[in-house]
Amino acid sequence: MANLVLPDAVLVKNYISGDESALASLIERHQSKIYGFIYSKINDRDLSDDIFQDTFIKVIKTLKSQSYNEEGKFLPWVMRIAHNLVVDHFRKAKKMPFQRETEEYSIFNYMTDNSLNIEGQIISEQVETDLAKLLDELPADQKEVLVMRMYQDLSFKEIADLTGVSINTALGRMRYALLNLRKIIEKNQIILTN
Amino acid sequence: MAKLYSKKKLASQKMKPKKETILFLLNYSKALSIHKVGNSSFEIIAN
Repeated sequence: MANLVLPDAVLVKNYISGDESALASLIERHQSKIYGFIYSKINDRDLSDDIFQDTFIKVIKTLKSQSYNEEGKFLPWVMRIAHNLVVDHFRKAKKMPFQRETEEYSIFNYMTDNSLNIEGQIISEQVETDLAKLLDELPADQKEVLVMRMYQDLSFKEIADLTGVSINTALGRMRYALLNLRKIIEKNQIILTN
Repeated sequence: MAKLYSKKKLASQKMKPKKETILFLLNYSKALSIHKVGNSSFEIIAN
C-alpha cells in the first residue's frame, strides 16, 4: 500500500488518470473524519451512511468529469460537499417531517387502535343481546319500525311503503318505540353502556 | 487483578461507514465513465 504515504493531491491526480486504487486510499484515509462529521449532525448510522455515499458519488463524478481544480485541498472540499448534503437532508426533513423509532420516541405513543379490545367486545355483545331482549317487550308494530330503521337502515318512506302506513304513522311508531324502550330501561334499572 | 469496569465512551470510537458502502463506492467508480462532448457530458455505467 504505497498509496498510503502519497499526499492527497497526488492520489487525486492518479485517480483522475485512471488509478482506481487511489480512490480506495483516499476513502481509507479520510473516511472516519468525513463519516464522523456527518454522524455528528445526523445521529443516525443508516442515514449517515447514505449521506457519506452521496458525498463520494459527487466526488467521483466531479473527479471523473475533470472539473476538480482545488489541488491540495481535497479533504476540505469533500467536507464541504458533505456539509451541503447534510443541509439538504435537513431541508428535506423540514418539508416532509419524518420520525424514526428511537428509545425515547415510539410511534405507538401517537398511533392508536380504535377497535374494541376483548373486554369491550364482550360488553358490546352483552349490550346488544340485552337490547334484543328489550325489543321483544315492545308492541309488534313499534318493534317492526324500530328494527327496520335501526338494523336494516331503511328510510321512513321505505318503512311506510313496506308496512302500508303513512310516513307520519311510521315516525310516530318510532317515537313511541324509543319512549317505551327508555321506560323499560328505567323501570328495570338496566345499564346499557360500553 | 482488579477489573476495570469503566466503559469506553462512544465518542472516542472512530466512526466508520459500513464496508458495503465503501465497496459500493469503489465498484461504482470502476463502472462509471464520463465523456464530454461539446458542452454536454455523458455518464456511462458499465454493468
